[in-house]
Amino acid sequence: MTLERIEEIEAEATAAIEAASGTAELEQMRVRYLGRKAELTTILRGIADLPESERGRIGAGANRTRKALEELLERRAAELDEAELEQRLASDRVDVTLPGAPPRPAGHLHLITRTTRRIEDVMAGLGYRVMEGPEIEHDYYNFTALNHPPGHPARMLQDTFYVQSHPDLLLRTHTSPVQVRAMEAQPPPIFIVVPGKVYRRDSDATHSPMFHQVEGLAIGEGITLADLKGTLEELLRALFGERREIRMRPHFFPFTEPSVEVDVSCFQCEGSGELAGGERCNLCKGQGWIEILGAGMMDPNVLGFVAANGYDPERVQGFAFGVGIERIAMLRHGVPDLRRFFDNDVRMLEQFA
Amino acid sequence: MRVPYSWLREHCDPGIGAAELGERLAMTGTEVERVGAVGPPAAEGFVVGRVVSCEKHPDADRLSVCAVDVGEPESRTIVCGAPNVAAGQAVPVALPGATLPGGAKLGEAKLRGVKSEGMILSAAELEIAEDATGIMVLDDGAAPGTALTELLPLAEPVLELEVTPNRVDCFGVYGVAREVHAVTAAPLGPEPWAEDAPAEGEGEASDYASVTVEVPDLCPRFTARVFTDVKIGPSPPWLQARLSAAGQRPINNVVDITNYAMLLTAQPLHAFDLDKVPDGALTVRTAAEGEKMTTLDGVERALDAETVLVCDRDGPSGIAGIMGGQVSEVSEDTTRLLLEVANWNGTNILRTSRLLGLRSEASSRFEKQLHPALCLRAQRVASRLLVELCGARLAPGTIDVSAGEPEASRVRLRAGRVGALLGMTVERGDQVAYLERLGFGVESDGEDVIAVVPPDRHYDVTREADLIEEVARIHGLDGRLPSTLPAVRQAGGLSRAQRLRRRAEDAMRDLGFDEVVGWSFTDPGEAARLRLAADDARAAGVEISNPLSEDQSVMRTTLLGSLLDAAQRNLARGAERIALFESGRAYLSAPGGGGQPVEGPTGAGADRAIDPLAGRFAGERPPPFAEPHRLGCLAAGPLAPESWRGEGSVADFFALKGALEGVAARLGVELGFDPATEPFLHPGRAARVSAGGVEAGWIGEIHPLVCREWDLPDAAGFEVDLAPLVAAATAGAEVFEDLTTFPAVRQDLAVVVPVEVSAARVRAAVLAGGGELLRSAEVFDLYEGEQLGGGRKSLALRLEFGAADRTLTDEEVAGLRRAIAAKLEQIGGALRE
Repeated sequence: MTLERIEEIEAEATAAIEAASGTAELEQMRVRYLGRKAELTTILRGIADLPESERGRIGAGANRTRKALEELLERRAAELDEAELEQRLASDRVDVTLPGAPPRPAGHLHLITRTTRRIEDVMAGLGYRVMEGPEIEHDYYNFTALNHPPGHPARMLQDTFYVQSHPDLLLRTHTSPVQVRAMEAQPPPIFIVVPGKVYRRDSDATHSPMFHQVEGLAIGEGITLADLKGTLEELLRALFGERREIRMRPHFFPFTEPSVEVDVSCFQCEGSGELAGGERCNLCKGQGWIEILGAGMMDPNVLGFVAANGYDPERVQGFAFGVGIERIAMLRHGVPDLRRFFDNDVRMLEQFA
Repeated sequence: MRVPYSWLREHCDPGIGAAELGERLAMTGTEVERVGAVGPPAAEGFVVGRVVSCEKHPDADRLSVCAVDVGEPESRTIVCGAPNVAAGQAVPVALPGATLPGGAKLGEAKLRGVKSEGMILSAAELEIAEDATGIMVLDDGAAPGTALTELLPLAEPVLELEVTPNRVDCFGVYGVAREVHAVTAAPLGPEPWAEDAPAEGEGEASDYASVTVEVPDLCPRFTARVFTDVKIGPSPPWLQARLSAAGQRPINNVVDITNYAMLLTAQPLHAFDLDKVPDGALTVRTAAEGEKMTTLDGVERALDAETVLVCDRDGPSGIAGIMGGQVSEVSEDTTRLLLEVANWNGTNILRTSRLLGLRSEASSRFEKQLHPALCLRAQRVASRLLVELCGARLAPGTIDVSAGEPEASRVRLRAGRVGALLGMTVERGDQVAYLERLGFGVESDGEDVIAVVPPDRHYDVTREADLIEEVARIHGLDGRLPSTLPAVRQAGGLSRAQRLRRRAEDAMRDLGFDEVVGWSFTDPGEAARLRLAADDARAAGVEISNPLSEDQSVMRTTLLGSLLDAAQRNLARGAERIALFESGRAYLSAPGGGGQPVEGPTGAGADRAIDPLAGRFAGERPPPFAEPHRLGCLAAGPLAPESWRGEGSVADFFALKGALEGVAARLGVELGFDPATEPFLHPGRAARVSAGGVEAGWIGEIHPLVCREWDLPDAAGFEVDLAPLVAAATAGAEVFEDLTTFPAVRQDLAVVVPVEVSAARVRAAVLAGGGELLRSAEVFDLYEGEQLGGGRKSLALRLEFGAADRTLTDEEVAGLRRAIAAKLEQIGGALRE
């Protein structure tokens, strides 16, 4: 009788469990058929009270049924879980067209910094070290020791800012005073580049009272004008492309002799002066060449100022060059007006990654 | 310097076009700004015409209707407004289609109802002379229809040269001609001063005039000649044309001749009306301090004791070498001239010209130091023209007060030196040829060359290097100089400090800040707007004596001002957030010294480690002022933009502190933050920043009153010296620590302390209690609420315990917690739970 009942329970429970449509209903089935008050549980609990002859048979049957139901419950729970997850995920939809969470905006280095670093890195690759010097400078370093004696008209080439009540102090008009400082500190050979701010009393679209230069200096035995040309070719090709040529035009600077102005072949028209359509190249104004920097062989008079530190003009010689960083940046990036660099308009700053 | 090409070709004709010559000169060291033209840009449409008839215009009093033969079968009708037009004249005519100077194209026009088929021109309209009062009447002889260029210089090319200060010779047309000769090897004409004027006047120059030079060092030479029977009038057209083309306004024949002689020889001249110089007596002396005189431009000028004057018996008549005075100016009534050609001390002229703010054609030449030998060249050129063109008679003799000419210098050029300096070979024969064409005398001394320097180059070529430059530039560098690289036997690159500065800049960029480059100078009012007290050293920046404007007259002592300026401008342009940084210098005067230079050790023995970030630079003389390199930052508004997911973080004290700590982390520095006040910061949200125990700068929220001055919303910023950060940086010097395999024990700890106890003190107490086994302790939560009772706050810290050689036991950790609790008790703290 009881054994039959157990089979009935199993059949009923199996049907009910199979029919359960959700995990909550399944839990109700578990309580109903395997819970503390369930008929099967009561049977199992009462096994000890059964006559000995029935105990083994009933006990084994009830336990088998319980195990089967437990396994069934477990399988159904897994099935229903998965189904419910699928259902939940199906209803959990986002609008994928909404904008992504903004990352913290990217910052930008100033174009002057980037250009300076580029020049420093090219020169570093050629073996040059980076030196710096004061921007408020002694007249001695800015002029006198660079072969601009007091009262010399060459001083008037650069309109100079002076320090109030200190007529011998000024804002350096070029990075060249660091040449003399460096040679005072280090005997030859010396190979340095000097980036930094310089100041001239002038302001329009192509002149700013504050701007930036990089100076190059190479002094040692047997360093020639041809070495200057080769060095500048490396620098200018790194900046403007491998196909660039340079040319040197003799010029005058007080602290170099001979002095040259250096042109680089135009990178927009490849030096032809003409654009593809036949019209005149606007970058080089049809010249095919762009004036880019001033340079020359270090004047013996300048070496004379540091002769005590081993710079005997009879023994060592070398070159110096100075290049405007804004000019390079304007050419490389098409910036039309020098003053833009000091506007610090973020709309411009953010154009240069 | 404007050099009309026709004038130049008279002395040296290279046989090539002006543009090509310009190119050749530019490649050999004479800067050619441009090759321009005077007069009509092209000669087409300009012809000789003959006025056949000339009648009054029926409807206009001032106009004439002319029939003009221009060599065509029919004569043309041309309406002319000039008062001097008359039948029979040969005149310059522009036909319709011709382009006038300035670029306008001539068309046919109706003037008061009469059609005009061309234009009769004045000299001014052709830009060949000043005369605009009437049409230009040509010499008879040219057939109507002859191209006007056969008679007049039209479309005259002009070389505009930028003369470098060393090349005084190129301030004269003949000097430029010599340069053209050197560059092109075209023959050079004879020196225009080779022949003097006949001296056919009465008596001797010294009968009319006398010269006393009191300051021979400032006036090495003073020459004077006397001319009588001078007839003042306009210069002939050829002379006017030349001067106009060279950029000089024709005035009268005497003045024009002095200008012409200057343009040819580079030596300025000055003509006096001898009858306005009492007794013809001139004295060269320095001015008395404060002495006044009125110059030719009608301005009364106060002079100083170094100004050199040319004076007559009654007082100054001119500022030497710069500008004449009105008293003895040449006028229409002048009949007797005293022609001064003097040599002045260039340094003195330059000084005086700058002091007075007065520059002239003369001073721009004298200031570069002319050679005394040039005086007589100019005297001769001018004398011949005065005799020829003004009917003047030259009194025999030249008054010549001279301190003596410097001896011609002889410079040795050693064999092999050209090649050794240039890195290319120039044959000795070529070297000699170049120098000779440039006017040097050349002698041989064995293999060496001795160059005798001509007067024009006396102050420019003094050394062997100068000769090498001459050889190099005439030889030409383009296409001839090889490209080589010097043997650089060192590793190049940045110093550690320079590398770490880049790293700090990169860190700021990566944290989302845009770099600005601010002006080094600022306005003197900025200090007050930053609420700096007058006695704050930062309110006393280094002052510029000659600023371009008041708002750029003081060197900045902080980067904050330029950051605020940049923020203000960007907000005004519509920016919604500000996140800026700058890596640059401040300029500090000595502490309390108010713009005074910093005293420092001098001489080679000065022991100063070079540190560009700290403003310690190479060189025997220390920099005049301290120039620390700083990192400054300013932010306003959300650091990240708002989105549909919520607001971005606000740029407040902690946002900026996080950024600064981020920079420090990339350098391997731990920064210290101590409460502090700055006049420009929120008093409760400001800190002093230190690195390695050294004060480095400030951080904080900008004071609302400062924000208001710059029209900013709430903002925060920092400014730190990079030198102490780099000094304390471990980046690049890190040492490997063995990776322990024993797990760390992580625990949280909450402590209640009085509100005035800083997080830093709590953390320090925890670290002290935890000892070596406490690897880290970081504050991660702050709670201030009612249930803690008044005046108290709760901080939560995340602790990590660990040992390198074992797993810590629960008992060990419990013991450490007890030790931590004891330390916290000492600062009034208690553990929660």
